[in-house]
Amino acid sequence: MSLQVTVAEPARGVATAQEVVDPIPAVARAPRQRLRAIALAAIAPVCLLLFWEAMVRWTGTRLIPTPRDVAIMMWDFAFGGIYDDAYSASLPIHFWKSVQRVYGGFFCAAAIGIPLGLLIGRAPLIRKLLEPTFALLRPIPVTAWLPLSMIFFGLGPKSAIFLVFLGAFYPILLNTVFGVKSVDPRLFEAAEMLGCSGSKLFRAVVLPAALPSIFNGLRLGAGFAWILIVVGEMTGVPEGLGAVIMDGRTLSRTDLVITGMIIIGITGFISDRILVLLNNYFLRWSPQHHA
Amino acid sequence: MLDTQTNRHLPALPLLRVNAVHKVFDASNGTIEALRDINMTIEKGEFICVLGASGCGKSTLLRIIAGFEKATRGSVSVYGVDVDRPGPERGMVFQDYALFPWLTIRENINFGPRHRGIPGPDVANLTDRFLAMVGLTAFADRYPHQLSGGMKQRVAIARVLANDTDILLMDEPFGALDALTRSKLQEELIDIWQSTKLTVIFVTHSVEEAVLLADQVIVMTAGPGRVDCQIKIDLPRPRDVSSPEFNAVRRDVTRRLTSHISRNRPAGTIADS
Repeated sequence: MSLQVTVAEPARGVATAQEVVDPIPAVARAPRQRLRAIALAAIAPVCLLLFWEAMVRWTGTRLIPTPRDVAIMMWDFAFGGIYDDAYSASLPIHFWKSVQRVYGGFFCAAAIGIPLGLLIGRAPLIRKLLEPTFALLRPIPVTAWLPLSMIFFGLGPKSAIFLVFLGAFYPILLNTVFGVKSVDPRLFEAAEMLGCSGSKLFRAVVLPAALPSIFNGLRLGAGFAWILIVVGEMTGVPEGLGAVIMDGRTLSRTDLVITGMIIIGITGFISDRILVLLNNYFLRWSPQHHA
Repeated sequence: MLDTQTNRHLPALPLLRVNAVHKVFDASNGTIEALRDINMTIEKGEFICVLGASGCGKSTLLRIIAGFEKATRGSVSVYGVDVDRPGPERGMVFQDYALFPWLTIRENINFGPRHRGIPGPDVANLTDRFLAMVGLTAFADRYPHQLSGGMKQRVAIARVLANDTDILLMDEPFGALDALTRSKLQEELIDIWQSTKLTVIFVTHSVEEAVLLADQVIVMTAGPGRVDCQIKIDLPRPRDVSSPEFNAVRRDVTRRLTSHISRNRPAGTIADS
Protein backbone atom coordinates (compact mmCIF):
# COMPACT_ATOMS: atom_id res chain seq x y z
CA MET A 1 0.00 0.00 0.00
CA SER A 2 1.42 3.30 -0.97
CA LEU A 3 1.00 6.25 1.23
CA GLN A 4 0.55 9.39 -0.74
CA VAL A 5 1.07 12.61 1.02
CA THR A 6 -1.17 15.19 -0.57
CA VAL A 7 -1.58 17.65 2.22
CA ALA A 8 0.01 20.91 1.24
CA GLU A 9 2.43 21.70 3.97
CA PRO A 10 2.03 25.25 5.20
CA ALA A 11 5.18 27.31 5.18
CA ARG A 12 7.13 26.13 8.15
CA GLY A 13 7.12 28.45 11.06
CA VAL A 14 3.87 30.06 9.99
CA ALA A 15 1.21 29.26 12.52
CA THR A 16 -2.06 27.99 11.12
CA ALA A 17 -5.37 29.45 12.12
CA GLN A 18 -6.50 26.40 14.07
CA GLU A 19 -3.66 26.91 16.47
CA VAL A 20 -5.23 30.06 17.82
CA VAL A 21 -7.51 29.71 20.78
CA ASP A 22 -10.21 32.28 20.21
CA PRO A 23 -11.83 33.25 23.50
CA ILE A 24 -14.85 35.14 22.17
CA PRO A 25 -16.94 32.90 19.94
CA ALA A 26 -20.35 33.65 18.38
CA VAL A 27 -20.70 37.40 18.78
CA ALA A 28 -24.09 37.20 17.03
CA ARG A 29 -25.75 35.57 20.04
CA ALA A 30 -24.89 38.54 22.27
CA PRO A 31 -28.07 40.72 22.04
CA ARG A 32 -30.43 37.86 22.93
CA GLN A 33 -28.16 36.80 25.78
CA ARG A 34 -28.19 40.36 27.03
CA LEU A 35 -31.99 40.63 27.02
CA ARG A 36 -32.19 37.34 28.86
CA ALA A 37 -29.70 38.55 31.46
CA ILE A 38 -31.68 41.75 32.03
CA ALA A 39 -34.95 39.81 32.33
CA LEU A 40 -33.42 37.40 34.84
CA ALA A 41 -31.93 40.24 36.86
CA ALA A 42 -35.31 42.04 36.99
CA ILE A 43 -37.19 39.11 38.55
CA ALA A 44 -36.00 39.63 42.13
CA PRO A 45 -36.60 43.43 42.31
CA VAL A 46 -40.10 43.04 40.79
CA CYS A 47 -40.94 40.31 43.33
CA LEU A 48 -39.63 42.56 46.10
CA LEU A 49 -41.89 45.43 44.94
CA LEU A 50 -44.93 43.12 44.80
CA PHE A 51 -44.14 41.74 48.26
CA TRP A 52 -43.69 45.27 49.64
CA GLU A 53 -47.05 46.39 48.17
CA ALA A 54 -48.81 43.27 49.47
CA MET A 55 -47.38 43.59 52.98
CA VAL A 56 -48.28 47.31 53.26
CA ARG A 57 -51.86 46.51 52.23
CA TRP A 58 -52.16 43.41 54.37
CA THR A 59 -50.85 45.03 57.56
CA GLY A 60 -52.54 48.38 56.88
CA THR A 61 -49.48 50.18 58.26
CA ARG A 62 -49.21 53.97 58.08
CA LEU A 63 -45.47 53.91 58.80
CA ILE A 64 -44.39 52.56 55.46
CA PRO A 65 -45.64 54.01 52.18
CA THR A 66 -46.61 51.88 49.19
CA PRO A 67 -44.25 51.66 46.19
CA ARG A 68 -46.67 54.00 44.39
CA ASP A 69 -46.30 56.66 47.10
CA VAL A 70 -42.53 56.35 46.90
CA ALA A 71 -42.63 56.65 43.11
CA ILE A 72 -44.62 59.90 43.46
CA MET A 73 -42.13 61.14 46.04
CA MET A 74 -39.24 60.29 43.73
CA TRP A 75 -40.87 62.23 40.90
CA ASP A 76 -41.41 65.22 43.16
CA PHE A 77 -37.86 64.93 44.53
CA ALA A 78 -36.49 64.93 41.01
CA PHE A 79 -38.77 67.35 39.15
CA GLY A 80 -41.12 68.96 41.71
CA GLY A 81 -44.69 70.02 40.97
CA ILE A 82 -46.48 67.63 43.35
CA TYR A 83 -45.79 68.49 46.98
CA ASP A 84 -43.81 71.66 46.36
CA ASP A 85 -42.05 71.51 49.71
CA ALA A 86 -38.43 71.89 50.76
CA TYR A 87 -37.47 68.68 48.97
CA SER A 88 -39.23 69.23 45.66
CA ALA A 89 -36.87 69.26 42.69
CA SER A 90 -33.88 69.14 45.04
CA LEU A 91 -32.42 65.86 43.76
CA PRO A 92 -29.69 67.48 41.60
CA ILE A 93 -28.12 69.44 44.47
CA HIS A 94 -28.26 66.53 46.95
CA PHE A 95 -27.02 64.10 44.35
CA TRP A 96 -24.16 66.36 43.26
CA LYS A 97 -23.01 66.99 46.84
CA SER A 98 -22.99 63.29 47.66
CA VAL A 99 -21.21 62.34 44.44
CA GLN A 100 -18.52 64.93 45.19
CA ARG A 101 -17.97 63.56 48.70
CA VAL A 102 -18.08 59.92 47.66
CA TYR A 103 -15.57 60.40 44.84
CA GLY A 104 -13.51 62.88 46.84
CA GLY A 105 -13.02 60.26 49.55
CA PHE A 106 -12.71 57.43 47.06
CA PHE A 107 -10.06 59.11 44.92
CA CYS A 108 -8.06 60.10 48.01
CA ALA A 109 -8.23 56.46 49.14
CA ALA A 110 -7.10 55.24 45.72
CA ALA A 111 -4.37 57.88 45.42
CA ILE A 112 -2.87 56.84 48.75
CA GLY A 113 -3.91 53.17 48.89
CA ILE A 114 -2.52 52.03 45.53
CA PRO A 115 1.02 53.49 45.78
CA LEU A 116 1.26 52.49 49.44
CA GLY A 117 0.01 49.00 48.60
CA LEU A 118 2.61 48.66 45.83
CA LEU A 119 5.35 49.68 48.27
CA ILE A 120 4.16 47.42 51.11
CA GLY A 121 3.80 44.51 48.72
CA ARG A 122 7.24 44.97 47.19
CA ALA A 123 9.49 46.42 49.91
CA PRO A 124 9.90 44.15 52.95
CA LEU A 125 11.17 46.99 55.12
CA ILE A 126 8.10 49.15 54.50
CA ARG A 127 5.90 46.10 55.01
CA LYS A 128 7.46 45.45 58.41
CA LEU A 129 7.14 49.12 59.32
CA LEU A 130 3.52 49.66 58.37
CA GLU A 131 1.60 46.40 58.08
CA PRO A 132 1.16 45.78 61.85
CA THR A 133 -0.16 49.31 62.35
CA PHE A 134 -2.70 48.91 59.57
CA ALA A 135 -3.72 45.52 60.95
CA LEU A 136 -4.37 47.27 64.27
CA LEU A 137 -6.36 50.17 62.81
CA ARG A 138 -8.40 48.16 60.35
CA PRO A 139 -10.85 46.45 62.74
CA ILE A 140 -11.98 49.82 64.14
CA PRO A 141 -15.40 50.51 62.61
CA VAL A 142 -15.50 53.65 60.52
CA THR A 143 -18.51 54.88 62.51
CA ALA A 144 -16.32 54.88 65.63
CA TRP A 145 -14.20 57.56 63.98
CA LEU A 146 -17.22 59.83 63.67
CA PRO A 147 -16.70 61.88 66.88
CA LEU A 148 -12.98 62.29 66.24
CA SER A 149 -13.46 63.19 62.62
CA MET A 150 -15.93 65.88 63.67
CA ILE A 151 -13.27 67.27 65.99
CA PHE A 152 -10.54 67.05 63.33
CA PHE A 153 -12.51 68.42 60.42
CA GLY A 154 -15.45 70.19 61.98
CA LEU A 155 -19.10 69.81 61.14
CA GLY A 156 -19.23 69.67 57.40
CA PRO A 157 -18.25 68.00 54.16
CA LYS A 158 -14.57 67.44 55.09
CA SER A 159 -15.63 65.13 57.86
CA ALA A 160 -17.84 63.15 55.46
CA ILE A 161 -15.01 62.88 52.95
CA PHE A 162 -12.69 61.64 55.67
CA LEU A 163 -15.08 58.87 56.70
CA VAL A 164 -15.63 57.80 53.09
CA PHE A 165 -11.86 57.82 52.65
CA LEU A 166 -11.38 55.55 55.69
CA GLY A 167 -14.00 53.12 54.44
CA ALA A 168 -12.58 52.88 50.93
CA PHE A 169 -8.92 52.93 51.92
CA TYR A 170 -8.47 49.47 53.48
CA PRO A 171 -10.01 47.36 50.71
CA ILE A 172 -7.95 49.25 48.12
CA LEU A 173 -4.74 48.96 50.15
CA LEU A 174 -5.16 45.29 51.09
CA ASN A 175 -6.10 44.17 47.58
CA THR A 176 -3.15 46.06 46.10
CA VAL A 177 -0.77 44.43 48.58
CA PHE A 178 -2.26 41.03 47.79
CA GLY A 179 -1.96 41.68 44.06
CA VAL A 180 1.71 42.62 44.35
CA LYS A 181 2.54 39.64 46.56
CA SER A 182 0.92 37.20 44.14
CA VAL A 183 2.81 38.33 41.02
CA ASP A 184 4.43 35.28 39.41
CA PRO A 185 8.15 35.54 40.35
CA ARG A 186 8.99 34.23 36.87
CA LEU A 187 7.79 37.55 35.44
CA PHE A 188 10.36 39.43 37.52
CA GLU A 189 13.04 37.03 36.33
CA ALA A 190 11.91 37.44 32.73
CA ALA A 191 12.00 41.24 33.02
CA GLU A 192 15.41 41.22 34.69
CA MET A 193 17.02 38.98 32.10
CA LEU A 194 15.66 41.32 29.43
CA GLY A 195 17.45 44.22 31.08
CA CYS A 196 14.66 45.80 33.16
CA SER A 197 15.49 45.97 36.85
CA GLY A 198 15.27 48.05 40.01
CA SER A 199 12.58 50.70 40.20
CA LYS A 200 11.70 50.25 36.52
CA LEU A 201 10.09 46.96 37.52
CA PHE A 202 7.28 48.86 39.28
CA ARG A 203 5.96 50.38 36.11
CA ALA A 204 6.85 47.49 33.81
CA VAL A 205 5.79 44.47 35.89
CA VAL A 206 4.41 45.16 39.38
CA LEU A 207 1.66 47.59 38.42
CA PRO A 208 0.23 45.73 35.41
CA ALA A 209 0.50 42.32 37.08
CA ALA A 210 -1.29 43.60 40.20
CA LEU A 211 -3.95 45.42 38.20
CA PRO A 212 -6.63 42.69 38.49
CA SER A 213 -6.38 42.80 42.29
CA ILE A 214 -6.23 46.60 42.30
CA PHE A 215 -9.49 46.74 40.37
CA ASN A 216 -11.05 44.32 42.86
CA GLY A 217 -10.01 46.68 45.63
CA LEU A 218 -11.34 49.72 43.76
CA ARG A 219 -14.73 48.08 43.27
CA LEU A 220 -14.93 47.06 46.93
CA GLY A 221 -13.73 50.50 47.99
CA ALA A 222 -16.30 52.31 45.84
CA GLY A 223 -19.00 50.09 47.36
CA PHE A 224 -17.91 51.00 50.88
CA ALA A 225 -17.74 54.67 49.89
CA TRP A 226 -21.43 54.66 48.97
CA ILE A 227 -22.29 52.75 52.15
CA LEU A 228 -20.44 55.29 54.26
CA ILE A 229 -21.88 58.40 52.65
CA VAL A 230 -24.97 58.17 54.90
CA VAL A 231 -22.75 57.98 57.98
CA GLY A 232 -20.55 60.75 56.61
CA GLU A 233 -23.52 63.04 56.04
CA MET A 234 -24.80 62.48 59.56
CA THR A 235 -22.17 65.00 60.58
CA GLY A 236 -24.47 67.94 60.14
CA VAL A 237 -24.18 68.78 56.46
CA PRO A 238 -27.35 70.36 55.04
CA GLU A 239 -27.23 68.74 51.61
CA GLY A 240 -26.53 65.26 50.32
CA LEU A 241 -28.44 62.02 49.90
CA GLY A 242 -27.35 60.85 53.35
CA ALA A 243 -28.54 64.16 54.85
CA VAL A 244 -31.91 63.70 53.10
CA ILE A 245 -32.29 60.26 54.66
CA MET A 246 -31.43 61.66 58.10
CA ASP A 247 -33.97 64.48 57.57
CA GLY A 248 -36.60 61.98 56.49
CA ARG A 249 -35.99 60.05 59.68
CA THR A 250 -36.33 63.17 61.83
CA LEU A 251 -39.49 64.25 60.02
CA SER A 252 -40.94 60.69 60.01
CA ARG A 253 -41.15 60.88 56.22
CA THR A 254 -40.47 57.29 55.29
CA ASP A 255 -41.18 58.02 51.62
CA LEU A 256 -38.25 60.43 51.64
CA VAL A 257 -36.05 57.85 53.40
CA ILE A 258 -36.86 55.14 50.87
CA THR A 259 -36.40 57.59 47.99
CA GLY A 260 -32.91 58.39 49.28
CA MET A 261 -32.15 54.69 49.68
CA ILE A 262 -33.22 53.84 46.14
CA ILE A 263 -31.24 56.69 44.62
CA ILE A 264 -28.10 55.67 46.52
CA GLY A 265 -28.64 52.10 45.37
CA ILE A 266 -29.01 53.08 41.72
CA THR A 267 -26.06 55.50 41.79
CA GLY A 268 -23.84 52.95 43.52
CA PHE A 269 -24.85 50.40 40.89
CA ILE A 270 -24.04 52.76 38.00
CA SER A 271 -20.73 53.71 39.61
CA ASP A 272 -19.84 50.03 39.89
CA ARG A 273 -20.76 49.43 36.23
CA ILE A 274 -18.41 52.26 35.23
CA LEU A 275 -15.63 50.60 37.21
CA VAL A 276 -16.45 47.29 35.54
CA LEU A 277 -16.18 48.93 32.12
CA LEU A 278 -12.79 50.38 33.07
CA ASN A 279 -11.79 47.00 34.50
CA ASN A 280 -12.69 45.21 31.28
CA TYR A 281 -10.86 47.79 29.21
CA PHE A 282 -7.63 47.78 31.22
CA LEU A 283 -7.72 44.00 31.70
CA ARG A 284 -8.60 43.22 28.09
CA TRP A 285 -5.56 40.93 28.11
CA SER A 286 -7.17 38.69 30.71
CA PRO A 287 -10.76 37.61 30.04
CA GLN A 288 -10.78 35.61 33.28
CA HIS A 289 -10.73 38.89 35.17
CA HIS A 290 -13.67 40.37 33.29
CA ALA A 291 -16.71 41.10 35.40
CA MET B 1 34.53 10.28 24.26
CA LEU B 2 34.81 11.28 27.88
CA ASP B 3 36.22 14.73 28.04
CA THR B 4 37.77 16.05 31.20
CA GLN B 5 37.97 19.77 31.62
CA THR B 6 41.53 20.95 31.31
CA ASN B 7 42.86 24.39 30.95
CA ARG B 8 44.20 24.42 27.45
CA HIS B 9 45.34 28.05 27.58
CA LEU B 10 43.31 29.12 24.61
CA PRO B 11 44.31 32.46 23.17
CA ALA B 12 40.77 33.84 23.32
CA LEU B 13 38.58 33.65 26.41
CA PRO B 14 35.72 31.19 26.20
CA LEU B 15 32.25 32.66 25.91
CA LEU B 16 30.99 31.04 29.09
CA ARG B 17 32.86 29.41 31.88
CA VAL B 18 31.42 27.67 34.92
CA ASN B 19 34.13 27.45 37.59
CA ALA B 20 33.80 24.93 40.44
CA VAL B 21 30.21 25.88 41.15
CA HIS B 22 28.68 24.48 44.33
CA LYS B 23 25.14 25.11 45.39
CA VAL B 24 23.70 24.29 48.79
CA PHE B 25 20.08 25.03 49.65
CA ASP B 26 18.92 25.57 53.20
CA ALA B 27 16.09 23.25 54.12
CA SER B 28 14.08 22.94 57.31
CA ASN B 29 15.99 19.82 58.37
CA GLY B 30 19.51 20.82 57.37
CA THR B 31 20.99 21.65 54.03
CA ILE B 32 20.58 20.06 50.62
CA GLU B 33 23.56 19.93 48.33
CA ALA B 34 22.15 20.56 44.87
CA LEU B 35 25.36 20.96 42.87
CA ARG B 36 28.91 19.82 43.59
CA ASP B 37 31.94 21.10 41.75
CA ILE B 38 30.44 21.87 38.36
CA ASN B 39 32.95 22.91 35.71
CA MET B 40 32.27 23.61 32.10
CA THR B 41 33.59 25.73 29.29
CA ILE B 42 31.34 26.69 26.43
CA GLU B 43 32.60 28.22 23.21
CA LYS B 44 30.70 30.64 21.04
CA GLY B 45 28.24 29.01 18.66
CA GLU B 46 28.00 25.67 20.48
CA PHE B 47 24.72 23.92 21.07
CA ILE B 48 24.97 22.27 24.48
CA CYS B 49 22.35 20.00 25.99
CA VAL B 50 22.43 19.40 29.73
CA LEU B 51 20.83 16.02 30.23
CA GLY B 52 19.78 14.44 33.48
CA ALA B 53 16.95 12.99 35.51
CA SER B 54 14.62 15.17 37.56
CA GLY B 55 16.32 16.50 40.67
CA CYS B 56 19.85 16.33 39.35
CA GLY B 57 20.24 20.09 39.63
CA LYS B 58 20.33 20.83 35.92
CA SER B 59 17.72 23.56 36.23
CA THR B 60 19.52 25.01 39.25
CA LEU B 61 22.71 25.13 37.22
CA LEU B 62 20.92 26.96 34.42
CA ARG B 63 19.40 29.41 36.91
CA ILE B 64 22.86 30.10 38.33
CA ILE B 65 24.20 30.76 34.83
CA ALA B 66 21.22 33.05 34.20
CA GLY B 67 21.97 34.90 37.44
CA PHE B 68 18.63 34.14 39.12
CA GLU B 69 20.40 32.17 41.85
CA LYS B 70 23.82 32.71 43.37
CA ALA B 71 26.33 29.90 43.57
CA THR B 72 27.29 29.00 47.14
CA ARG B 73 30.88 28.66 45.93
CA GLY B 74 32.51 29.03 42.54
CA SER B 75 31.69 31.43 39.75
CA VAL B 76 30.22 31.86 36.32
CA SER B 77 31.94 34.14 33.86
CA VAL B 78 31.08 35.45 30.42
CA TYR B 79 34.17 36.36 28.39
CA GLY B 80 36.12 36.29 31.62
CA VAL B 81 33.82 38.65 33.51
CA ASP B 82 32.10 37.18 36.55
CA VAL B 83 28.32 37.45 36.55
CA ASP B 84 26.07 37.39 39.60
CA ARG B 85 22.84 38.87 38.28
CA PRO B 86 20.60 38.45 35.25
CA GLY B 87 21.78 40.23 32.14
CA PRO B 88 20.58 40.66 28.57
CA GLU B 89 23.57 38.71 27.18
CA ARG B 90 22.11 35.58 28.81
CA GLY B 91 18.52 35.20 27.60
CA MET B 92 16.32 32.66 29.33
CA VAL B 93 13.46 30.70 27.80
CA PHE B 94 11.30 29.20 30.54
CA GLN B 95 9.26 26.03 30.35
CA ASP B 96 6.12 27.95 31.33
CA TYR B 97 6.90 30.74 28.81
CA ALA B 98 6.70 33.61 31.38
CA LEU B 99 5.34 36.01 28.76
CA PHE B 100 3.90 39.26 30.06
CA PRO B 101 0.17 38.59 29.75
CA TRP B 102 -0.75 42.28 29.61
CA LEU B 103 1.43 42.96 26.59
CA THR B 104 0.65 42.02 23.00
CA ILE B 105 2.95 39.64 21.17
CA ARG B 106 4.70 42.61 19.55
CA GLU B 107 5.13 44.36 22.92
CA ASN B 108 6.43 41.17 24.52
CA ILE B 109 9.06 40.82 21.82
CA ASN B 110 10.21 44.44 22.03
CA PHE B 111 10.14 44.57 25.85
CA GLY B 112 13.92 44.21 26.12
CA PRO B 113 14.90 46.70 23.39
CA ARG B 114 12.41 49.29 24.71
CA HIS B 115 13.75 49.04 28.25
CA ARG B 116 17.31 49.35 27.07
CA GLY B 117 16.46 52.65 25.40
CA ILE B 118 16.81 51.67 21.76
CA PRO B 119 15.17 54.33 19.50
CA GLY B 120 11.60 53.68 18.36
CA PRO B 121 12.08 53.07 14.63
CA ASP B 122 14.89 50.57 15.33
CA VAL B 123 12.70 48.77 17.85
CA ALA B 124 9.93 48.49 15.26
CA ASN B 125 12.28 47.03 12.63
CA LEU B 126 13.77 44.63 15.13
CA THR B 127 10.35 43.47 16.27
CA ASP B 128 9.13 42.91 12.72
CA ARG B 129 12.22 40.90 11.92
CA PHE B 130 11.86 38.54 14.84
CA LEU B 131 8.09 38.26 14.48
CA ALA B 132 8.76 37.06 10.94
CA MET B 133 11.55 34.74 12.08
CA VAL B 134 9.18 32.83 14.36
CA GLY B 135 6.29 33.11 11.90
CA LEU B 136 3.98 35.15 14.11
CA THR B 137 3.62 38.33 12.06
CA ALA B 138 -0.13 37.73 11.70
CA PHE B 139 -0.51 37.47 15.48
CA ALA B 140 1.53 40.53 16.42
CA ASP B 141 -1.35 42.35 18.08
CA ARG B 142 -2.84 39.40 19.96
CA TYR B 143 -2.39 38.78 23.66
CA PRO B 144 -0.59 35.69 24.98
CA HIS B 145 -3.80 34.10 26.29
CA GLN B 146 -5.04 33.90 22.71
CA LEU B 147 -2.11 31.74 21.56
CA SER B 148 -1.37 28.03 21.81
CA GLY B 149 1.55 26.73 23.88
CA GLY B 150 3.77 26.30 20.83
CA MET B 151 3.14 29.85 19.70
CA LYS B 152 3.80 31.22 23.18
CA GLN B 153 7.15 29.46 23.25
CA ARG B 154 8.00 30.96 19.84
CA VAL B 155 7.24 34.39 21.30
CA ALA B 156 9.48 33.64 24.29
CA ILE B 157 12.33 32.70 21.94
CA ALA B 158 11.80 35.78 19.75
CA ARG B 159 11.69 37.99 22.85
CA VAL B 160 15.17 36.83 23.85
CA LEU B 161 16.58 36.97 20.31
CA ALA B 162 15.24 40.50 19.77
CA ASN B 163 17.15 41.53 22.89
CA ASP B 164 20.39 40.63 21.12
CA THR B 165 21.38 37.84 23.48
CA ASP B 166 24.67 35.96 23.20
CA ILE B 167 23.63 32.84 25.04
CA LEU B 168 20.21 31.28 24.81
CA LEU B 169 19.41 29.46 28.05
CA MET B 170 16.51 27.05 27.68
CA ASP B 171 14.98 25.25 30.65
CA GLU B 172 13.04 22.26 29.27
CA PRO B 173 11.39 24.72 26.90
CA PHE B 174 9.37 22.17 24.98
CA GLY B 175 8.45 19.99 27.96
CA ALA B 176 4.86 21.22 28.14
CA LEU B 177 4.14 20.85 24.42
CA ASP B 178 2.57 18.00 22.49
CA ALA B 179 4.87 15.74 20.47
CA LEU B 180 4.04 17.27 17.07
CA THR B 181 4.50 20.85 18.17
CA ARG B 182 7.66 19.87 20.01
CA SER B 183 9.33 18.37 16.95
CA LYS B 184 8.30 21.34 14.84
CA LEU B 185 9.81 23.75 17.35
CA GLN B 186 12.97 21.66 17.66
CA GLU B 187 13.41 21.97 13.92
CA GLU B 188 12.78 25.73 14.02
CA LEU B 189 15.20 26.15 16.89
CA ILE B 190 17.95 24.42 14.92
CA ASP B 191 17.20 26.68 11.93
CA ILE B 192 17.39 29.76 14.14
CA TRP B 193 20.58 28.56 15.81
CA GLN B 194 22.24 27.88 12.45
CA SER B 195 21.21 31.22 10.98
CA THR B 196 22.10 33.36 14.02
CA LYS B 197 25.28 31.60 15.24
CA LEU B 198 23.89 31.75 18.77
CA THR B 199 25.20 29.74 21.68
CA VAL B 200 22.52 27.55 23.21
CA ILE B 201 22.45 25.80 26.57
CA PHE B 202 19.41 23.56 26.55
CA VAL B 203 18.30 21.64 29.63
CA THR B 204 16.28 18.50 29.01
CA HIS B 205 15.55 15.08 30.46
CA SER B 206 14.85 13.59 27.04
CA VAL B 207 17.76 11.64 25.55
CA GLU B 208 16.22 11.85 22.10
CA GLU B 209 15.88 15.62 22.32
CA ALA B 210 19.47 15.99 23.51
CA VAL B 211 20.88 13.79 20.75
CA LEU B 212 18.74 15.49 18.13
CA LEU B 213 19.80 19.01 19.04
CA ALA B 214 23.21 19.07 20.65
CA ASP B 215 26.79 19.37 19.49
CA GLN B 216 27.69 18.26 22.94
CA VAL B 217 25.64 16.55 25.64
CA ILE B 218 26.57 17.13 29.26
CA VAL B 219 25.25 14.24 31.34
CA MET B 220 24.48 15.07 34.96
CA THR B 221 23.91 12.75 37.88
CA ALA B 222 21.79 13.39 40.92
CA GLY B 223 22.38 13.62 44.64
CA PRO B 224 24.36 15.89 44.64
CA GLY B 225 24.23 17.15 41.07
CA ARG B 226 27.49 16.56 39.27
CA VAL B 227 28.71 16.43 35.71
CA ASP B 228 29.17 12.78 34.82
CA CYS B 229 30.58 13.22 31.35
CA GLN B 230 30.45 15.25 28.18
CA ILE B 231 29.54 13.43 25.01
CA LYS B 232 30.22 14.92 21.61
CA ILE B 233 27.47 14.23 19.08
CA ASP B 234 29.03 14.02 15.62
CA LEU B 235 25.91 13.10 13.67
CA PRO B 236 25.50 15.23 10.55
CA ARG B 237 22.62 17.71 10.43
CA PRO B 238 19.75 17.62 9.69
CA ARG B 239 19.49 14.60 11.95
CA ASP B 240 17.04 11.83 11.28
CA VAL B 241 15.65 10.32 14.48
CA SER B 242 14.73 7.11 12.68
CA SER B 243 18.20 6.42 11.26
CA PRO B 244 20.29 3.56 12.70
CA GLU B 245 23.18 5.93 13.43
CA PHE B 246 20.92 8.16 15.50
CA ASN B 247 19.58 5.19 17.40
CA ALA B 248 23.06 3.91 18.14
CA VAL B 249 24.06 7.24 19.68
CA ARG B 250 20.82 7.45 21.56
CA ARG B 251 21.38 3.97 23.00
CA ASP B 252 24.88 4.94 24.17
CA VAL B 253 23.68 8.09 25.86
CA THR B 254 20.73 6.32 27.45
CA ARG B 255 23.02 3.64 28.85
CA ARG B 256 25.33 6.27 30.27
CA LEU B 257 22.42 8.06 31.88
CA THR B 258 20.60 5.05 33.31
CA SER B 259 23.75 3.46 34.71
CA HIS B 260 23.58 6.16 37.36
CA ILE B 261 19.89 6.07 38.00
CA SER B 262 20.01 2.29 38.58
CA ARG B 263 22.64 2.85 41.26
CA ASN B 264 19.69 3.89 43.33
CA ARG B 265 20.90 7.04 44.87
CA PRO B 266 18.29 9.02 46.72
CA ALA B 267 17.51 12.26 44.93
CA GLY B 268 18.71 15.07 47.15
CA THR B 269 20.82 13.74 50.01
CA ILE B 270 21.29 15.77 53.13
CA ALA B 271 24.80 17.14 53.11
CA ASP B 272 26.91 16.61 56.19
CA SER B 273 28.43 20.09 56.12
